[in-house]
This record gives sequence, structure tokens and C-alpha cells, in this order.
Amino acid sequence: MSKDVAIIGVGQSYFTREYPGSIRELAFDAWREAAQDAGITAKDISASVICSAPEYDAQRSPAGVISEYLGFVPAPTFAIESVCSSSTSGLRAAYSMVKAGLHDIVAVVGFQKMSEITSADSQERMGRGSDIQWESPFGTMMPGYYASHAQAHFKQYGSTERDLAMIRAKSTKYGALNDRAVYRKVVTVEECLAKPVVTSPLKVFDCCGNADGSSCVIVANADRAKELCKKPVWFMGLGSGSASVTLTGRSNCYGLTAAMKAAQDAYAMAGITAQDVKVAEVHDCFTIAELMAYEALGFAELGKGVELVREGQNEIGGKIPVNVDGGLLSKGHPIGATGGSQVRTIVLQLRDEAGPMQVPGQPEIGLVHNVGGVGLYANVTILGR
Amino acid sequence: MSFKKFGRKSFASQTKVDAFIDYLEKGEVRGTQCKSCGTKFFPPRADCDQCLSNDMDWFKIEGVGTLVTYTKQGFAPTGFEKDVPYTTAMAIFDGVQIFGRLDGSIPDDEVAIGMNVGVRTLQYDDGQLSYEFIKA
Repeated sequence: MSKDVAIIGVGQSYFTREYPGSIRELAFDAWREAAQDAGITAKDISASVICSAPEYDAQRSPAGVISEYLGFVPAPTFAIESVCSSSTSGLRAAYSMVKAGLHDIVAVVGFQKMSEITSADSQERMGRGSDIQWESPFGTMMPGYYASHAQAHFKQYGSTERDLAMIRAKSTKYGALNDRAVYRKVVTVEECLAKPVVTSPLKVFDCCGNADGSSCVIVANADRAKELCKKPVWFMGLGSGSASVTLTGRSNCYGLTAAMKAAQDAYAMAGITAQDVKVAEVHDCFTIAELMAYEALGFAELGKGVELVREGQNEIGGKIPVNVDGGLLSKGHPIGATGGSQVRTIVLQLRDEAGPMQVPGQPEIGLVHNVGGVGLYANVTILGR
Repeated sequence: MSFKKFGRKSFASQTKVDAFIDYLEKGEVRGTQCKSCGTKFFPPRADCDQCLSNDMDWFKIEGVGTLVTYTKQGFAPTGFEKDVPYTTAMAIFDGVQIFGRLDGSIPDDEVAIGMNVGVRTLQYDDGQLSYEFIKA
């Protein structure tokens, strides 16, 4: 492993339904924890990358106000957006800047205050989440697209509504252990199956909840990492990809090709295979998304993801523990903050500091799979210690 | 501005392929085909990303296609509430994938991936133009 760029600090706010403060204060919660974790102050930050999905922000161009409130001025700052994968896209930019030698320490700050806009505004934005020229005029919405993938996956591979319910039940088991999660209750497979359908075949518990939240990841070069940090976590591989926005441009609807490309590139850069990964965070905005992730990442062969679910191999003690912090399903999904929160979980796992969620055996390699839109953008990041 | 007439609710007004609306008015769903390299596009495009040409023909979507995937939505974004529930779907016609809604009168238990479908144009009470997949 080339130890040239490291993560030296991580932080995240509590994920809540309604954060009782402004976006800058929300971002500060994550920064405070990350700065204390890294043992640095704002003066050490050489640049910052601010990540959010702007359609939820009342503030135009929020990078400026966030950077100012966190005390980063006059360090350069800018925003990066790829909807739900914004903060791992920001992480990719931070890695590049540090690797290139432009900056020694970069803060990646992700945030989203979903409650900043009214529910009616949110419904209106929901309608513009797909291709507004050709698909939105039919009344599409994000859950519908993932549901269409679930139908296709069921047909292609024989997965079932029960498999999806098992993924959610697992998520709630770990979400109950995570004090930062918005949803802390444990629910059973039968309870998941009994919930009303949102968009067939997805039911209420197949969908993650909205949340307000923030995350912060501090990226540093090797010299600063060794100087400041007892347990640096190193970048091993970064992969990224895209797919067509319109469903009509997709080669199939039972997998996300952008995530497959991102995974292949990340494994190639890291020089490892899926079997080397000991703990993973995958983008489970919907239960079907987690199932497709197992296959995109090579944790299971195409069509065999359900075996991990049915055998419980996706839990602590199994072949590949996935989303043992509750995932988006139970933690909540504050769009711009989500990727950074996933990274935080893997960093804590690799440092053996994940508390009740810790995967035993001191995992050496962890993976983050973060998807924007319905597989429109995908980032896979492999980290090691 | 004629593209404002597309779909239950349009979010775009100007496009170089607004002849799509004229064809809908005539009862036809059409995509574009590059005159230079022959690539077919649906949704229609004014510019070919394969050979950079902007010289396009219009070809008709017709015959029997198959249903690729679908979902019956129990919730809707703003402006679509009155239609709930409705089924959004994708079908493939002679290698060309089309996204749209499925005819709401088909019983749920008859809807399945792989079923044969056709496409027909429709006009809503407010004059908006669209198309939907029907059983074939």
C-alpha cells in the first residue's frame, strides 16, 4: 500500500429529523469532532471542500458561509455536488489536491438540512430529480426508479420482498447501537413486510428516512499525517463512474453499472480483490440498493447477493459485515453529509474504535460505496491502516 | 415553446427536437436517427454523440415491444397527485428503450416484466400530450 495520503480525523453530527440550528452550526458539529479527533485547529486547514445538494439549501453558494463559520478563511474553498454522493466526490477532490502537493491538509465538509425547505417544496423538487425533459413529465420519483430496479432484480435473479425486508431488519439491529442514527428501533422482517407499499414492490421500511446532518473528513499528506496522527487511515483505491440519467440509456435495470465501474477502478488501484475487504459501508438509500451493491462490489457474484442476506453473511461475524452502523436506512440520509458519515464509520472500524458496532479481528481494509441519483454517480473508496 | 405541452406536466419549454410534439399530435411516437452514422436515439436528440452530426431523421416507434420494468407508484410529486396510483415503466421496441406510463386499466395481476406491449399517444383534458404503453 502506498502510504501517501491519509485520513487523520473524522466527525459527524447527530442525524436528526429537524436540526435546531442553521446550516453553518450544523456543519460546525461535524468539524468540531473531526478537528478534535485530528488534534488540529482551523489554522491548519490549507483548503476546504464543501459538499451538499444545493436544491435543499436556502443559502446560495454555501461554501463561503460554511468556510467562514468554521474559521478557514483565507484558505481556498469551493463546493462539490453529486447529489447523494457529494461528500465522497469531495473526498476524491481532496485526495487529488493533497496527492498533487497543492495542499497539505484539506477538510471535506458535507451537510444537509433537509428540513430547511417545506414538505411541499420538497415534493416539488422531488419531481425534478430525474431527466426533466423526458422522464419527469410522467411523474417519476427516486423511490420509483429504485423500485423499478427491484422489480427487474426479482425477475432476473429471483430475489424477493422478504430478502429486502431482511436487509432492513439487519439495518435496524445495528442502527439501534448507533447513537448518531435517526432511527433507533429494532424491527423484524415480518414488521417490514407488513408495512404499506410506497411504490411497488418497495414498502415504507424499504426506504431510508430524510434527516438533517453533517460530516467532516480531514485529509492530509504523509508528513502531516505521521506528525499529527497515531492511527492514520490510508487511501488505497478510489474509483468513480457515471451512468445515463434517463433509464432508457441503461443496459439493464437489475444492477448499477456506474458502481460496477467505480468498484473495478478502486480495486485495481488498491491492488486488492473484494475478498480482501473486511468491513463495508454501502449506499442503502433503499434496501434494493444494498442488494445490488453486494453484486456491484463483488461481495457476491451477479445474482447471488441474496445468499449473503439469507445466510446472514452480511452481519458482524459473517463473510462481509455491511452497514453495521445502521446504514442510510437507519442512520438517515442527509444527502450531502452521507458519504462523509460512511467514511467516518470505516475509519473508526479500521482504528478499532467503533464501540458496540466494531467488527472483531481488527479489520485492515474497509470500503465505502456511495451512490448519487439512481446510480447516476458512484464513488468507491478503499481505505486501509 | 410547444414542448411545454409534453407530459402530464412539462418542466422544459424549449428544445431543438420539439417536432416530437407535432408527431404526438398526429398520434405518433418518434425518436431521432442520425443521418450520418445511423445511430437511433430515444429520447430524441438534436445532436449525435457518436459522430457529432446534427442532421437527424425521425423514426416511428411501432409494433409490439416488451415490458423491461415497471413500478406502481402510490405517491407522486407536486402536480401529479390527481393521477395516483399510476405505473411508470420502460419498454423496448426493436432494440430501442422507451420510458413512459403503463395503461392504468390493465389489472395488476396481468402486469409482468416481459409482457407484450404497444404504445399509443394520448391527450389529457387540459390539452397536454403524452403516450402510454398498452397491452399487445
